Amino acid sequence: MMFTMRNKAFALVLSLGFIAGCSSTGDTMEDDGFGIDSSATGQSGGSTVYDGTDGSGVSSSGLTDSERMEAQERASQAEVQALRDITTFYFDFDTAEIKAESRDVLAAHARYLSDNPGTQVRLEGHSDERGTTEYNLALGERRANAVQRFLIVNGASRGQLETVSYGEEKPAVSGSSESAWAQNRRVEMIFQ
Amino acid sequence: MTMDIENMTNHTQIERRQQGRHYALRCQWLRVLMPVLLLMAMATPASSELLIRITEGVDSAIPLAVVPFSKTGNMPGGDDVSDIVRDDLTMSGEFKPLSPERMLSLPSRSDDVYYRDWRLLGQRFLLVGELSQQGDRIQARYELFDVNGERRLLGETATATAGDMRGLAHHISDKVYEALTGEKGAFSTKLAYVTLETGGGKRIYKLQVSDVDGKRARVRLESDEPILSPTWSPDGKSLAYVSFETGRPAIYTHELSSGKRTRVASFPGLNSAPDWSPDGKSLLVTLSKDGNAEIYKMDLASKSLKRLTNHWSIDTEGSWDADGRGLLFTSDRSGGPQIYHKETENAEPRRLTFDSSYNARPRFSPDGKHIYYVHQRQGAFHIARMNIETGNETVLTRTGLDESPSVAPNGRMVIYSTQQNGESVLTVMSAEGGANYVLPSASGDVREPAWSPFMQ
Repeated sequence: MMFTMRNKAFALVLSLGFIAGCSSTGDTMEDDGFGIDSSATGQSGGSTVYDGTDGSGVSSSGLTDSERMEAQERASQAEVQALRDITTFYFDFDTAEIKAESRDVLAAHARYLSDNPGTQVRLEGHSDERGTTEYNLALGERRANAVQRFLIVNGASRGQLETVSYGEEKPAVSGSSESAWAQNRRVEMIFQ
Repeated sequence: MTMDIENMTNHTQIERRQQGRHYALRCQWLRVLMPVLLLMAMATPASSELLIRITEGVDSAIPLAVVPFSKTGNMPGGDDVSDIVRDDLTMSGEFKPLSPERMLSLPSRSDDVYYRDWRLLGQRFLLVGELSQQGDRIQARYELFDVNGERRLLGETATATAGDMRGLAHHISDKVYEALTGEKGAFSTKLAYVTLETGGGKRIYKLQVSDVDGKRARVRLESDEPILSPTWSPDGKSLAYVSFETGRPAIYTHELSSGKRTRVASFPGLNSAPDWSPDGKSLLVTLSKDGNAEIYKMDLASKSLKRLTNHWSIDTEGSWDADGRGLLFTSDRSGGPQIYHKETENAEPRRLTFDSSYNARPRFSPDGKHIYYVHQRQGAFHIARMNIETGNETVLTRTGLDESPSVAPNGRMVIYSTQQNGESVLTVMSAEGGANYVLPSASGDVREPAWSPFMQ
């Protein structure tokens, strides 16, 4: 169920991002704009999470200028909400590199945290089941730290962010498939 | 006789004592095998004992008969001593006990032993015994025979309380193993491991301690948060482990007899991978309080820390040498996890593994000659062993999600976790791989095995 919701939220962000032209997502994001699709589909297991993104591209060519303005207005409001609905970020095997598709969302979270300095977030880092328990704990921490750094660079303060790694101990999805592993290599933002 | 000779030449090779795993061979055999042995004999002083080395693999397991022990007096029901001895010796991977149904006679003392019966069945060794009541204790009187040599190798008695028939059986297994191999048996040692039961959205972790065959398990700690990385104190009286019971990882020591627990490390960030030093005074731990995962030595009395690694990469899974001078650890400083060795605490680390992009969680064999670790090959994770002098590497397992190798204190068996039917199980194999014995589990996942030292 959670993944279905995330799918929708993610598809929504992509669609809205198309309409809004990604203009509001900050200067470092320009290059990434629609790198999103290719990197999402390039990731074998993660494809279940991001299914449908390719097909949901909204064609805006038929809209009038006023309609476009209106849509943009609605979009920016909905976008903030949609972005904040996404709280899980995925990684490739044995890496802690933040994926292109995570950056807009994390930047939106960072802005929110900057605007709401009383908000506390716990960043929980996870790995898939492959490899050793203790190395995976360190890898989960490296992922949580990478997200923490990204949020700080984009406006959050260190005092708002707590990190913890569970390594391979708390998989989101059980099973030993590429798809399960892709969904388990993640950092979850838990708003306190 | 002919059958036995064939058996030997097929499955064993003859070597001198210096070269490893040995079984006593009597002079009588010398005559039979003289052509084969001539070269060896010429190169050896006349008095030198010739021995047989077991080659690798299940086929080479030594056939041995453990006759059901006779019982007199009021015996406790339940655990059967000879069944347990048979299971212990099977688990070692070095012996292939005969099924009792195939036995032609059931002797319980030397007077009743007809060697020919056992030779016909292709047996190399024979264990017989009897159990009797001695006051409030049970006495086992047992004898071990070399079938081909028609010679008694062992004749002993041991007693235990009626409630400790398993302890009595493991003791006999140790004595038999030592008489046949010259090395101490490890069947009376213990295992620590973690079980995980999932259901109804809950996860229940239990730290358990059991006999080496997985029996007589007792839960020592239960938590709905992860418990990881149990490691034994060198006296076998305490465990150290990682528990997330506060919502964050912390390292605890836990005295088993009293249940007394001490939280020894709860720094910001990682507190993981404890390994108890051979002198019992300190722990290797992985902490990230100074920025990223590094290995520290913590003095248990003062709680003072000495940092042993310093690199921006992940350094973790520290594990002491047998003498406690140096350590092995995992680092991804080369790009992926590989195994490094520091010969002393202050020495420069030397990289040991190069084949494959993933080698991690090393453990030394007790003699310090080999390391056991997790090794990735073609996408699958296996247990591998390396001779650290030659660098020769052998992949020991064929299953694909193998983890956490832990070596028995006599160096002859290795336990590790693997996946079977979607669940994690513990498997014991002989030190060179080959025979595998899956420990039966009551329920759920079983992982993170740690083999105890010899109990003092």
